[in-house]
Amino acid sequence: MTDWTRASAAQMVAALKSGEVTSVELTQAHLDRIAAVDGAVHAFLHINGEQALETARGVDEARAAGEELPELAGVPIAVKDILVTQGMPTTAGSKILEGWEPQYDATVTRKLREARMPILGKTNMDEFAMGSSTEHSGYGPTHNPWDLERIPGGSGGGSSASLAAWEAPLAIGSDTGGSIRQPASVTGTVGVKPTYGGVSRYGAIALASSLDQLGPCARTVEDAALLHEVMGGHDPMDATSLQEPVPSCVEAARQGREGDLTGVRVGVIKELSGEGYQAGVEQRFNEGLEKLKELGAEIVEVSCPSFEYALAAYYLILPSEASSNLAKFDSVRFGMRVEKGNVERTMAATRAEGFGDEVKRRIMLGTYALSAGFYDAYYGSAQKVRTLIQRDFEAAFEQADVLVSPTTPTTPFKLGERIDDPLAMYLNDVATIPANLAGIPGMSLPSGTAPEDGLPTGFQILAPAHEDARMYRIGAALEKKLAEEWGGPLASQAPELEVAK
Amino acid sequence: MSKMTYESAMEQFDPVFGIEVHVELNTKTKMFCGCANEFGAEPNTQVCPVCLGLPGSMPVVNDKAVESAIRLGLSLGCSIRESSRFARKNYFYPDLAKDYQISQYDEPTSYEGSLDVVLDDGEVFTIGIERAHMEEDAGKNTHVGGTGGIQGASHSLVDYNRGGVPLVEIVTHPITGAGARTAEVARAYVATIRDIVKALGISDGRMEQGSVRADVNLSLRPKAAAGEDQNAVPFGKRSETKNVNSLRAIERAIHHEAARQADLLLAGQPVVQETRHWHEDTSSTTPGRSKEEAEDYRYFPEPDLLPVQPSREWVEELRGTLPEHPAKMRVRLKEEWGFSDMEMRDAVNADALDLIASTVAAGAKPQAARKWWMGELARTANDREIALPDLPVTPEHIAELQGLIDEGKINDKLARQALEGVLAGEGSPAEVVASRGLEVVSDDSALEAAVDEALAAQPDVLAKIQDGKVQAAGAIVGAVMKATRGQADAGRVREIILQRAGVEG
Repeated sequence: MTDWTRASAAQMVAALKSGEVTSVELTQAHLDRIAAVDGAVHAFLHINGEQALETARGVDEARAAGEELPELAGVPIAVKDILVTQGMPTTAGSKILEGWEPQYDATVTRKLREARMPILGKTNMDEFAMGSSTEHSGYGPTHNPWDLERIPGGSGGGSSASLAAWEAPLAIGSDTGGSIRQPASVTGTVGVKPTYGGVSRYGAIALASSLDQLGPCARTVEDAALLHEVMGGHDPMDATSLQEPVPSCVEAARQGREGDLTGVRVGVIKELSGEGYQAGVEQRFNEGLEKLKELGAEIVEVSCPSFEYALAAYYLILPSEASSNLAKFDSVRFGMRVEKGNVERTMAATRAEGFGDEVKRRIMLGTYALSAGFYDAYYGSAQKVRTLIQRDFEAAFEQADVLVSPTTPTTPFKLGERIDDPLAMYLNDVATIPANLAGIPGMSLPSGTAPEDGLPTGFQILAPAHEDARMYRIGAALEKKLAEEWGGPLASQAPELEVAK
Repeated sequence: MSKMTYESAMEQFDPVFGIEVHVELNTKTKMFCGCANEFGAEPNTQVCPVCLGLPGSMPVVNDKAVESAIRLGLSLGCSIRESSRFARKNYFYPDLAKDYQISQYDEPTSYEGSLDVVLDDGEVFTIGIERAHMEEDAGKNTHVGGTGGIQGASHSLVDYNRGGVPLVEIVTHPITGAGARTAEVARAYVATIRDIVKALGISDGRMEQGSVRADVNLSLRPKAAAGEDQNAVPFGKRSETKNVNSLRAIERAIHHEAARQADLLLAGQPVVQETRHWHEDTSSTTPGRSKEEAEDYRYFPEPDLLPVQPSREWVEELRGTLPEHPAKMRVRLKEEWGFSDMEMRDAVNADALDLIASTVAAGAKPQAARKWWMGELARTANDREIALPDLPVTPEHIAELQGLIDEGKINDKLARQALEGVLAGEGSPAEVVASRGLEVVSDDSALEAAVDEALAAQPDVLAKIQDGKVQAAGAIVGAVMKATRGQADAGRVREIILQRAGVEG
């Protein structure tokens, strides 16, 4: 009997269409897998078994009745707990929202329901998406399926770990500074941050509104493309959402798999290598470049001198916006309430108890940065750096069609290793942050495992704004070439998890 | 208690004032969501994830509110910014759902304008406008227990229906040179803003419902010595009296603050720069937040919204939709209607101008329309303790009523009865006249019979009339009117009496 959890979403679509498998079987297989391994991985904060099976049954009945169904109908999915889901708890990884059931659906949640995809559950994350390790979740860390003692990345460690642990074929992520791409990199999976505005943010609990973007997480580039097209498109509820149609990601991925990149200029960002980059990470990255060359691409070196200031600018803009976005968690209308005599003290006590250290750290940073007298020096300067970074990208994209770098400087670190050293944790996002500051799309796909520790390494592809399809084409071409060597997706090389009885 | 009066304070000091007026726009929906913008619904029935600030929700700008804000800005002579931004004003308060207010900060839609206001004696005073910006209103807290204030309350209830209602805040430059007329100018300014927003149709302008609210800033500075430039004297410390919500209260708040500050200054004590609360019942203010403990609102550009970028063509198109300036319109109407200064002023102060204009438009003569609205109807509104426009009678009703009088169908007394019926919801004046049987008896034979009967009953009166004491006929008129339940035409009755008595009047 086939283990359907090992299939790609595209294979599941084909099998559902041919009648080889039902959505109930697929969904049940994943629920069983979650029951078996999630005790060790802890990718999920909430498991939505009954509703998922109900959706699956509906799809199976509709298919039996000959109804026309959306492409991904019946393929189960995991959803990062940042997305509000009516009738399902939504916490954003924070104790302050424990027990809250949203009264409405996010636009992307609604699109998943309209696509008739069974929602398996809500995945773990660093509290309010602040972190790169999922250790800052209010509900305990997620473990990397490659090595349970290591971080699965963050903030979307739950979504990526659920893919690497075969608990779900697809997942929703959100990327403010790398929270889709960095977990993808360290779990040997694929993650895409679309162009800013490409996917509606309505109903995604805001961290930093000018940086946040929802995107697809998958085990293959093609699967990510399938999900991207379901998620994307203009939304009148999000004033920053783009008016243009969803890019043709699936078509681009399929074109890429044909393996011809002749005439494509690939720019290697000089500043994202060297000091601080693990040898095995750089080795796999360089091998990836060789593969691209073999496919016909031209490799050029580009320089983005302002990237030096990206991390500093990011850690002013993000906390500033977050300090304001997180003000609404005041105990008045929803979530935790710690009663303390009067409303002011109640608000303060609730926030003191409900928020974790990393959240408090960033709220304090942001509140300070926005204060009268400091605004120009901090928030104002950071916005100027942002403009410089955008100019660096513009200049670089004149020389290259896509830009590439290792997604993260290192393979996943050990849980607890950087918990008391936030700067070291922040450095893990040095390569992913510039894309958020510029609003451009970025993808991370597996480039192999580092010879020194056997842990996954990631290859990042960046494209100009609105050119999301371009990175799907190049990503799919590279992925195919690598998979031929590996004999399947990289995730298949992860050690088998011990299955709970 | 203040020892100074406003007048004596004005003799000794030079006042500087400024006013912030908040205008609630009457758009169908709120500023950033699709909820209904209506006053008076059950608490928390006009709310959604956006105006409740639920996690994940996002604002979308109401284009109609932008249009209203631009038309208002143009009416105030402002320049309209080609690109203006919303900003977040951050502070914690339970009625502020997101714990930040979306407002405009360094890039308001409208800036640098000026407005002429006309005082009661016709003097024109020009007010400099610094800016007019868009923002959202907060919800409303009700403190339960204690005295209704937050102090001593057992708990508070929050109604978010008003949260997210679109506002335009109009801020003046500091206004100097009004001297003893400061209170009058302030009042006329707010009245003019109210009239403009009503004429634009962008707000109902109802101060008693909070649709137009004012914060009044006032400071006093020493008078310049003779021959010195008053404008060279630095401003004093100011107080900001919040939420002054009637024209009368604006005058009174300035009177109170001027006297209070003058008392302090003359006693050698400092005026504290602070916000103050206005108390309508005692016509006085009490301290609120002082500048020292003022909050830092940590303004920054609202990242969930794009800049507002009205095209020049659109702005010019909107300029073409502006109504006549209320002051100009008043001059024109006064002329057209032939009202005296006093009649015009009373009508303006009673907020009856629109009603009179509509009544005239419906066919009544201006003086007749004025008499109804400023007389019988003003008294009724006063008795019922409601505003004139809230009476259940329309200008069309009044025009119809007057028409019935002019046609001789009813007399003034019957007309008042008919109006009573209209106010009681019995229908239009014509319907009430028909249903109550109020029409004037104009059938001479019926009147002659009634006169004969009355004369027969009072032969002594008949004799007096025939003796030449024509005024005695009044008694017979009274009897006939009584017999016809007031439905006779008194003039015609008198003629018949004199005919019957054989004397000519």
